[in-house]
Amino acid sequence: MLAYATKRILQGVPTVLLVSVLVFLLMHMVPGDPVRIMSDRTATPEDIERLRQGLGLDQPVHVQFTMWFTRAVQGDLGRSIRTGHQVADELLHRLPRTLLLTCASLVFSVIVGIGAGVVASVRSGSFLDVSIMVKAVLGMSIPPFWLGLMFILLFSVTLNWLPSSGSGTWQHIVLPALSLGLAGMGLIARMTRSTMLEVLRDDYIRTARSKGLSERAVVYKHALKNAMIPTITVVGLQFGILMAGAVVTERVFSWPGMGWLLVRSIHDRDFPVVQGALLISSISFILVNIVVDLVYALLDPRIRYQ
Amino acid sequence: MKGKLVLPLGHKGLIIGSLIVGLVLLIAAFGPYITARDPYQHRLPRALETPSLEFPLGLDSLGRDLAARMIYGSRYSVAVGLFAVLGGILIGSWLGIMAGYFGGAWDTLIGRLVDVMLAFPGLLLALAVVSALGSSLTNLTIAIGISNIPRFARLVRGSVLAIRNEEYLEAIRAQGAGNTWIITRHVIPNIMAPLLVQMSFSVAGAILAASGLSFLGLGAQPPLPEWGVMLAQARDYMRVAPHVVIFPGLAIVIVIVGLNILGDALRDIWDPRL
Repeated sequence: MLAYATKRILQGVPTVLLVSVLVFLLMHMVPGDPVRIMSDRTATPEDIERLRQGLGLDQPVHVQFTMWFTRAVQGDLGRSIRTGHQVADELLHRLPRTLLLTCASLVFSVIVGIGAGVVASVRSGSFLDVSIMVKAVLGMSIPPFWLGLMFILLFSVTLNWLPSSGSGTWQHIVLPALSLGLAGMGLIARMTRSTMLEVLRDDYIRTARSKGLSERAVVYKHALKNAMIPTITVVGLQFGILMAGAVVTERVFSWPGMGWLLVRSIHDRDFPVVQGALLISSISFILVNIVVDLVYALLDPRIRYQ
Repeated sequence: MKGKLVLPLGHKGLIIGSLIVGLVLLIAAFGPYITARDPYQHRLPRALETPSLEFPLGLDSLGRDLAARMIYGSRYSVAVGLFAVLGGILIGSWLGIMAGYFGGAWDTLIGRLVDVMLAFPGLLLALAVVSALGSSLTNLTIAIGISNIPRFARLVRGSVLAIRNEEYLEAIRAQGAGNTWIITRHVIPNIMAPLLVQMSFSVAGAILAASGLSFLGLGAQPPLPEWGVMLAQARDYMRVAPHVVIFPGLAIVIVIVGLNILGDALRDIWDPRL
């Protein structure tokens, strides 16, 4: 297991490196001169030249990348053009709130999704199954940001049960997490149902039944455990989708996370912040995928011995 | 036994899905013939009027006819969805065929590229491209197209690998057929089924992504009647006139439901394992 874990973590290194190159190059494709965007209108050509040298922008691209990457590894992502604050500080200040939102919706979509999928598979073909699957397709088809707006209309404006914006208490996270997580819930429910149906037909399930185990033990101890393996992959992917989706949901609920900052920085052309936010999000996603693979290997010994 | 496994919608799904998707395509194609109203005409004194016989979906904050705007808006969603996914399919399939068919260094190189693109979670690759290119409907289409490349590259590579060593290809090659002939006449027709299934889900995803990014102001720009833009503008008025946020969102939901049902039906038909 340790060998597999080491191998998997080492495999992540080149991906992180290449992602950094891509993020760096993308921001260099931006039309226009970043130095002119950064400096105010009163700047003289000499000022601009000095700023360009100060930022290292007069160097060849690969030298610039090496400089940027060396600093990034040390936790220095540059300064925000708009506020002048350290990008790393601003992002790390907001990252926990985005992660909180992402994890809350993930927990919601996993628990409800797996539950609904198991129920649907056990009652396959029944009215309950049909109604769960119809709801799952519907859940996957509703844009999370619009669902958020509808939740605000219903639960904040009409019923006055929950706050429509801000953060701080548990009430604040309910609506954003539900609206963000519904699509994932549908996906996980469908995935769980189809793998459960496959597993329930397997020979060892027939053996378990024929040795007189209760239906509950067959479904939860034998079938679900094996059906979980493909579902876990979906959960890992879902983390990334939710983290990116949070960008839109945060805007709807004025949730002060990283996504909101990212969108504002794109509008302000605050490239160091955009670069930093993209880098942190993709590295988190790579890390989560490594964890998912390790969990996968833990559950299924065939993988770690490959 | 198998009857139980097929989604309860069964082949009804194909009918329902195609009907919804077909209807949306018709509305997008023949918009100006369906409504005689100008989607940009202001009627300020009547702003935010609720649905009536005269204006079946009501008026928006500038007194523009919501129904006309939504009908014209369907064109943008359909166009972004189709062009982005077709672009993604073209480039992705080309990469996937190169990697799967020729293997070796091509496979390693393309595999790395795809890994890196997939390392950006969900919308973020499209968001990154838009932030570099600037916000516009065209750039948004390009960005969503690029973010569709890796998925199709993987799918096609897998399908090509699965058939590459089949005996019938061996036989055709022995008869002297060149790579181009084999790829266009034998490999591509064989990967059409998974490609079409994925395509309907991807168009759904592209439309969702486009509306979300336009809602954030990173795609289509006002006064264009794109559904995401309409929602962004309507947001400030939703407390006093809920209809301005309800209808454009419902339009998106209907299109996506149609595409998802269609995709499910196609998968049921062509891939009976699921």
